[in-house]
Amino acid sequence: MAPQPLLAAVEVRRQFGALAALDGVDLAIGPGEAVGIVGPNGAGKTTLLNVLAGTIAPSSGTVAFRGTDITRAAASRRARLGIGRAHQVPRPFGGMTVFENCFVSASTGGGLRRRAAYERCLEVLTLCDLDDVADRRADTLGLLGRKRLELARALATNPVLLLLDEIGAGLTDAEAEALVVMINELHSAGIAIIWIEHIVHVLVQVVSRLICMDAGRVIADGEPRAVMSDARVVDAYLGTAAA
Amino acid sequence: MTAASQTSPTPTLAGARIQRWTPLSAGFTSGFGVLIIALAFVPVVMGASVVQDLTNLLTLVLMAVMWNALAGYAGLVSVGLQAYIGLGAYATVWFALHGVDPYVAMVLATLFCAVVSIPLSFIVLRFRGAQFAIGTWVVAEAIGIYVSFDNQLGAGTGTSLTQLYTYSPTHREHYTYWLTLTLTAFFVIAVFLLLRSRLGASLQAIRDDEGAASSVGVRVVAGKRILFILAAAGCGAAGAMTLANILFIEPTSIFSVNYSAFMIFMVLVGGLGTFEGPIIGAIILYFIQQQFGNDGTSYLIGLGATAIAFALFIPRGIWGLVEERTGVRFMPVGYRVRRRAPDSGVDP
Repeated sequence: MAPQPLLAAVEVRRQFGALAALDGVDLAIGPGEAVGIVGPNGAGKTTLLNVLAGTIAPSSGTVAFRGTDITRAAASRRARLGIGRAHQVPRPFGGMTVFENCFVSASTGGGLRRRAAYERCLEVLTLCDLDDVADRRADTLGLLGRKRLELARALATNPVLLLLDEIGAGLTDAEAEALVVMINELHSAGIAIIWIEHIVHVLVQVVSRLICMDAGRVIADGEPRAVMSDARVVDAYLGTAAA
Repeated sequence: MTAASQTSPTPTLAGARIQRWTPLSAGFTSGFGVLIIALAFVPVVMGASVVQDLTNLLTLVLMAVMWNALAGYAGLVSVGLQAYIGLGAYATVWFALHGVDPYVAMVLATLFCAVVSIPLSFIVLRFRGAQFAIGTWVVAEAIGIYVSFDNQLGAGTGTSLTQLYTYSPTHREHYTYWLTLTLTAFFVIAVFLLLRSRLGASLQAIRDDEGAASSVGVRVVAGKRILFILAAAGCGAAGAMTLANILFIEPTSIFSVNYSAFMIFMVLVGGLGTFEGPIIGAIILYFIQQQFGNDGTSYLIGLGATAIAFALFIPRGIWGLVEERTGVRFMPVGYRVRRRAPDSGVDP
């Protein structure tokens, strides 16, 4: 018997008016697996992540997490079940300090009591290199700081699956490198990762499996190099000559 | 213990403590407690006009704190909280008509408003933004119209709390003042304790970004509902206190949208989403009312213009500006990380 997937999306569709942002996506992730998602703009990557995180409901299809159907579960419930999410554009709680941002996560999504939540936050802040700015108001952070906070806040919920949406975008190579080190640490700690990223060379330093989407569908899924050289993937990125 | 032996160039958080009270906030909070106790002695040493003015001021503070709890933390901008001001006043009349002591009736009316707001919350919390603002206003108007058709409650011509006349004017003023002080202190302290609790951090997260809050596990609607019920009860108390202070009410004035305008003014000027702001705003509105309250239209135009000026140029209000400039926080609702100093006992 095959091991039960950690997360399984089956035939997921999402319609926005006449546009099918997701046109029947199947996706299964094993425990501790790291998967990258690439694809041209408008391929439906962020929509897929939104459906998995529970911020939008699919028009049809199902999502199961650890064998439980969560298709209709609220985002807050999924966070409590162990799905952490870092947004593409960081969304810090601007009026609160960096520590307080994490405390919200640890005490709600993480379900931790006060002392345990403190411990968890201090750990996560150290891990994400935010120890120097723990008492700063989050809205005073620069882009890199906000990205780190976005990650720290997702980690404070103690996730078993982390959904990352282009957290490398807008960073310098050195900054992206530091982020890769951090995410590799999380991955080796056993956290499963689904990571959307345009910068493929950054992505392949972490993931062992790559999925390419185009026009709301999965067009390739497998070993990263094989996926990137797949004719359909090359077409999707570069376009085909008009027939 | 082990952290001290490490010689890392950047301070690590190993062994750090979380501090909630600072000397400043501890001093301020105890000063706040002393102030409440001192206020309790005002009727003993001061004359009737001071007592009545302070009753007025405390009622304003209560309204401002409640509107801010809803708008500043749950992000629910309402122009309909006068529903509970009117309901609190009329429920007091109703309970008094049914033989309850008028002061007990005021407390019961407060609870009544909390109870009524629970089923209503399931309707109005489905609305967002402007829908919520207008929706709650519609509810307020509907309740006002309903009351104006009730003959037992004096219908459209209004009614007075005649049962209060069994007390001598001096006693009446004193009891009304003490009850106002108790209820205002109760609700202000309740908001403070709520913000200090684990739930309080979640409520501030909802204030800053509702969607992000839900993605880290915050039950957004449940948090909003708690604040909605609290605000309803607090405004109910404010309505009962208004009735006790002016003795006569009519539906058009006690259910008037002007109350919302005053609440918005106080919170905008004082500082939306801060604990201290609405209290400052209430004191400012109180003095403006004292100075210009009889000027009619020009007074209202002045209030409106001031609120607009604040919204445009000082959107975080007076207290928001103070916090931004100085970084001080008088009320200990936050969390500060205190690092363990390496080797020496010197605090960094």
